[in-house]
Formats: sequence, structure tokens, C-alpha cells
Amino acid sequence: MRVLVIGGGMGGTIFANLLARRIQQEMKTGKAQITMLSASHDHVYQPGWLYVAMGRATPDELVREQESLLESGIEFHVDPVEEFHLADNHVKCKSGKVHEYDIIVISTGSRPVPENIPGLKENSINCYTAENAVEFFKQLSDFKGGRIAVTVGLPHKCPMIPLELTFAMHDFIKDRGLLDKTEFYYTYPIGRVHSLENVAKWAAPEFDRMGIKYETLFNMKEVDGKNAEVLSEEGAAVKYDLLVAVPPHKGQEVIEKNGLGENGWIPTNRASLHMEGEHGQNVIILGDTTNLPISKAGSTAHFEAETAAENVAATIKIGRPVRSYDGKVFCFIEAGKDRATYAMFDYQNPPQPKAPNGAVHAFKMAYNKLYWASARGLL
Amino acid sequence: MSERVVDARGSFCPGPLMELISTMKVMSVGDTLELLSTDAGSAADVPEWIKKVGHEMLDTEQDSEGTWHIRVRKAK
Repeated sequence: MRVLVIGGGMGGTIFANLLARRIQQEMKTGKAQITMLSASHDHVYQPGWLYVAMGRATPDELVREQESLLESGIEFHVDPVEEFHLADNHVKCKSGKVHEYDIIVISTGSRPVPENIPGLKENSINCYTAENAVEFFKQLSDFKGGRIAVTVGLPHKCPMIPLELTFAMHDFIKDRGLLDKTEFYYTYPIGRVHSLENVAKWAAPEFDRMGIKYETLFNMKEVDGKNAEVLSEEGAAVKYDLLVAVPPHKGQEVIEKNGLGENGWIPTNRASLHMEGEHGQNVIILGDTTNLPISKAGSTAHFEAETAAENVAATIKIGRPVRSYDGKVFCFIEAGKDRATYAMFDYQNPPQPKAPNGAVHAFKMAYNKLYWASARGLL
Repeated sequence: MSERVVDARGSFCPGPLMELISTMKVMSVGDTLELLSTDAGSAADVPEWIKKVGHEMLDTEQDSEGTWHIRVRKAK
């Protein structure tokens, strides 16, 4: 059984490592093999960019060599896939090399596309790449007062980041003694301050307590850099001195080019995680790459990868998968520089976030280091 | 003109309305969308957003299993 993993991010890496540990014997005897194809030698812990933006981490702390994270026996190549031939069970890479498979796992992630909103890229800061997170820190450090506006595009990776950034910036500005010269103005696409109702019920009073103003039902249409204002589809305009963006995202270009899914999101069965439609029976989709109506977040990829690894191992050993993905997501929510809470939910059960505290923040800081064990499939 | 179905049943985050907004961004004027939602709030918050932006509500109904079917048309 040849298992081919496309993508060396959180989903692909956790899947490959968990599977390798479950089918050690089959790999030793040559009955099974795992190959991973990635576009990069590096594995990046993307949730860490929030801390880079606040000057509490540097980008190099968030990177490991991908090969060093993989179980022995997993074949790894830096050779991005350019063509998916799902009807014939093979892919063709940039190098021209063809890889055949019996099961393919596609976990290619998502990418910010601020350029899709006129004026956004050139007039805002965001923390969705290492470079942008550093620039974010520089501009926030240089900020001397005025209005910081937060604007949120759809869909976006990491649903907690609009709140986390706002709380973190509040504490950052407070520590610099600029709170009385600064106005925070948070905008959000739907009629409350977060998509999760119970999180919104907690966050809105926190905003009120901190003096953070907010406007809901605000979907940015364009940014007028000349007049320093964001215009919304709903007809509103918000002025800014510093514009902080959560840009809209798309899946990877290679997914769209191969006709696998509009905007790079592949239609996926919410329980089996198989690709919907013809040729999907041996195609598993993980993480941001799915079109599932759940959070585009590392933890989603993690829990999906656990399900998929169990199912592929069972398929190899007993001929059929053993369980369904239940929609489980667990997200930390940093509520400033030293407090945090979390939201855990699935398809059936909404989250019940507790009041933020220092202990959860400490656990989040520890998890940032423990992540590398998680990527190895040990946690 | 195309018709789409967005199955947002069981979606707490990003939730049915955010799924609808994301999808409407890539639709063409005149296209219709049917949103499936198990969140009773969708029956109120989707029409609110549709009206505010100036799109068109077509109909809303709840089936025997409790799923809301909300049909809208992109108008601008």
C-alpha cells in the first residue's frame, strides 16, 4: 500500500507520523510505504506569528527542518506537485517526477490574499507570514497614537486571531503608556464580535471593559489609502491611522489549476474526510484544504489527521476505516499578554468558554514549545 | 446563472452566515444560493445581512429534521 502525502504542514506531518507509528511492521516488511511531497524544506509553526507581531518571539524560533520532524521510514521530497491525475492514481511534480499511490492525502493549506480587496495589501499590516509579522511589530512599535482599526476578510485562517490581535495590541499599547492617545476600533463581518456565539458573549463585555469600540456587520469592500478609510459592502466607512487586517484567504493555486475545488477548497465529506465525487474513494483531504464549514485552524488539521491516520492504518491492516471525524476543534484564545481561555467544540456541541486566566495562558505558552512534539505525533 | 448549496449544518465556527458571505463573494450577480443551517439564528441573521447589503431573500423554511433552508440571490 503506497500512501502519498501532499503538504508538509501541520495536517500532513501529524498524519504521516501517526500513520508511520501505527504501521511500523508493514513499513519494515515493505507492505506499506509513506511518501511526503512538500513545497519547502521548512516546517513553520504559524500560530507563533502572533507573538512575532507583539515582539515576543522571532521568526526563527518558529521554524524546524521538515525532515527532522518525520518518523524514520517516511520518504520526504521537496518537490511541489503541479499535476494531480486522480483518475490514474498519480501526481506529477515540478521536477517532472511522477509519484503513484494507492491512497493520497492532500493537505496543502491556505494562503492570505489581501490583494483580493482593493487597497488592502498596501495600506494595512497583518501577521500571516514571518515578514508581515515583523513589519507588524515595527509599525506597532512606531505607533504614537491615533485610531487602530481592525478589519476582517472572509474566509480567513485562525478564527480567533481578530480577537487575539485586538487584545494583544491593547496590552502592548497600554504597556507603552499610549492608551489615552489610542482608540481601538474593531470590525467584524457578522452581527456579533465573533463567529462563535458564546465567545462573542464573553468578548463583547471584555471590549467594553477595555474601551475597545466595535462595529459589526462590516465586510470590507476596499481600502481608500488616500483618505485612510475602509469602506464596507454594507455602505459604512471606518477611518484609521493604523489598519490591522485579517486578510481573506484562498487555498493553494495548484488545487484550483487542477480543477479540484473553487478557490482552492476541495469538496470533502465531513465524516470520512474523503474527497467528494468521482475518484474520491482513495483521496483524503485535511486541514484548510477542505471546504468543510469548520474553522481553518491548526487544531482542525490536527484532529482530522488523527482520524485519517487511524482510518488509513485500519484500512491497511483490516481492510476498512474505523471511525468518522466528529468536527472536533480546540482553539486557545489569548486575551492579552498574560491571560487566555479556550474554545472546544465539534459538529454537535458549541463551545463554552470560561473566563480567561493566567493558567491557560501559561499552558498556551508551553504548548507553543510542545508543538514540535505534537507535529511528531507524540502529543 | 448558477445555483449553489452551502451545507453549513453543524457549523459553529465560522458559522452559517460567514459561510454564506464567503460564498457570495465568489458568485456572479443573479446567482442563487441555498444555505443549509442547523442554527436557528440563521433564520434571522441571514435576512438581516442580505437586507443591509442589498441582496435578495428568496425564501426560508425549516424541514422536518430541523434544518433551515435559506435561499438568497446575489443582486449586486
